[in-house]
Amino acid sequence: MPTGISGITPTLIRQKIKQRRRRKAEIRNMVHQENGIRQYAVIFLPYLWMLLFFLLPFLIIFKISFSVTEIAIPPYSPLVSFVDGAMQILLHLENYTNIFTDEDGTYLRSYLKSVQVASFSTLFCLIIGYPIAWALATCKNTTRNVMFMLIIMPSWTSFVVRIYAWMTIMKKDGLINDILMALGIIDEPLHMLQTDFAVYVGIVYCYLPYMVLPLFAALMKVDYTLIEAAYDLGCRPIKTFFNSLIPQTKSGIVAGSMLVFIPALGEYVIPELLGGKDSILIGRILWQEFFNNRDWPLASAVAITMLAILAIPIVWFFNAQRKSRERV
Amino acid sequence: MVNLTKEQKSGIAKFVILTAALIFLYLPIATLIVYSFNESKMVTVWTEFSFKWYNALFHNTAIIKAVLLSLSIAVCSAAASVVIGTLAALVMVRIHYFKGESAFVLFMTAPMVLPEVITGLALLLLFVTLGDFIPWFADRGMFAIWVAHVTFCSAYATVVVRSRLVELDISVEEAAKDLGATPFKVFFAVVLPSIMPAEVSAFLLSFTMSMDDLVITSFVAGPESTTLPMIIFSSVRRGLSPEINALATIIILVAATCTFFAWLQVVQKQKRLAQDAAAAAQAAKEERQALLQR
Repeated sequence: MPTGISGITPTLIRQKIKQRRRRKAEIRNMVHQENGIRQYAVIFLPYLWMLLFFLLPFLIIFKISFSVTEIAIPPYSPLVSFVDGAMQILLHLENYTNIFTDEDGTYLRSYLKSVQVASFSTLFCLIIGYPIAWALATCKNTTRNVMFMLIIMPSWTSFVVRIYAWMTIMKKDGLINDILMALGIIDEPLHMLQTDFAVYVGIVYCYLPYMVLPLFAALMKVDYTLIEAAYDLGCRPIKTFFNSLIPQTKSGIVAGSMLVFIPALGEYVIPELLGGKDSILIGRILWQEFFNNRDWPLASAVAITMLAILAIPIVWFFNAQRKSRERV
Repeated sequence: MVNLTKEQKSGIAKFVILTAALIFLYLPIATLIVYSFNESKMVTVWTEFSFKWYNALFHNTAIIKAVLLSLSIAVCSAAASVVIGTLAALVMVRIHYFKGESAFVLFMTAPMVLPEVITGLALLLLFVTLGDFIPWFADRGMFAIWVAHVTFCSAYATVVVRSRLVELDISVEEAAKDLGATPFKVFFAVVLPSIMPAEVSAFLLSFTMSMDDLVITSFVAGPESTTLPMIIFSSVRRGLSPEINALATIIILVAATCTFFAWLQVVQKQKRLAQDAAAAAQAAKEERQALLQR
């Protein structure tokens, strides 16, 4: 058995760790006793609110996704019914089999398309947002204040208004086509509205601040002397960037990417207003099933499937959040 | 070829990046504002300067009604969200260990990231179910919209308040407790005054989020309640209209004014801090000199 100079053995370390854990648990118990019932009073209101209006709805969605539509109020079949005095539970799996084995593959295609659009938009936001966050984090204090306000400002205005603004300038006779024609770059107006390109522009435009903010927070904490050191030791800029700056801002990258990816996956307004007939994203499908076809159970099943896709990114996001919290 | 130092090079790079970002962010908004003063009904062809569309806007009763409804929902949701958000932030920062802590954190952050279509559908189905027992939910009017908005706005409020709360020095609270203040008194006399700026920004953020929400509200609202974003969305879907440009310009102006004043506050606070630091440094220097002379 290897023994260190001062007699430190693995068993001793293990014992020490156990002791420390026990002491921590004791302190924790003391804190509990001291605050007693009062702390539960503080926890109570937000916890109850979220249980009632956030967890319970998801259980209900899950339940309704196993029923079928009926012409009734509410428009779905009950799961539990009483037949001849006996309780009967009917779980319909049709909604899920519908989604996965649909003949035209509309649902599967729209899931794939949504994942594709959300991933590429996240990538574009990262590529555009990283330089902006870097410039913000490293510029002079006075400039930073002004720029920070200017970059946040658009997101305080209405979301629909921002999409509407892009509709006006991407039109056939809109500003972008006018400028490109005047410069002689193109001869005919480009067809931009109602294409996937417009959807990407809209998502990047609206979600860019959500990417820039966590990146900016991470870049503010970076130890820039390390980067100077890397330079002085002859490291090339690209290598420095990937070996020093990226690892140091990893939590910001993960948080920003998830803040864009997760909501973008279920985006409804942007593809509806900017996208064409073929940009059928899953948010649009859900909306149509609910509002146009009034098929609540199918809409619920679509939502549950979407949540299943989002499970991994959400867990990833929470771990990144927890890590950054623990470092504070 | 001019030789530039590394600092100059990175300075130019930063200038180019930030200018490009500003053009990308503000070009659409600027176009929107310019065309709101256009006489023509065509949104993209400029004819003559006029306030015609503003006049039309102020005589549109549907829009005025929607604005009033949105404003009242936003004020009520923001107020409730700040209360819930502050409590949740206190729990997350000051009480670390309790059963179901990670579930608590999940509930308080998830409404922020989840796609709105999912949250909207979930809340609607809840309200329909609850409507059988509680008549307030059945008509899906202002009350239901308020509950829905508070649910996602309080997540934002929690984040804002929490980020200020972690910076607070816990020893001040402990001192107050040792001097015999009740937890209630500690909160109102010590904690609340020092997190007041965060409370204000949490209120403003929740207010904006509530004013701006379209998808969740569309799911939850019954046929009688139409909020401002719903009106804008339905008219935008029908086609471009200069009246919406005028409305958008007003929204942008209000947002810009608020952001400007918030920014002014931050700058003044920073200036004050810098002055304090400079004064402290000066005093320390004088003291040291006095000591040396002796």
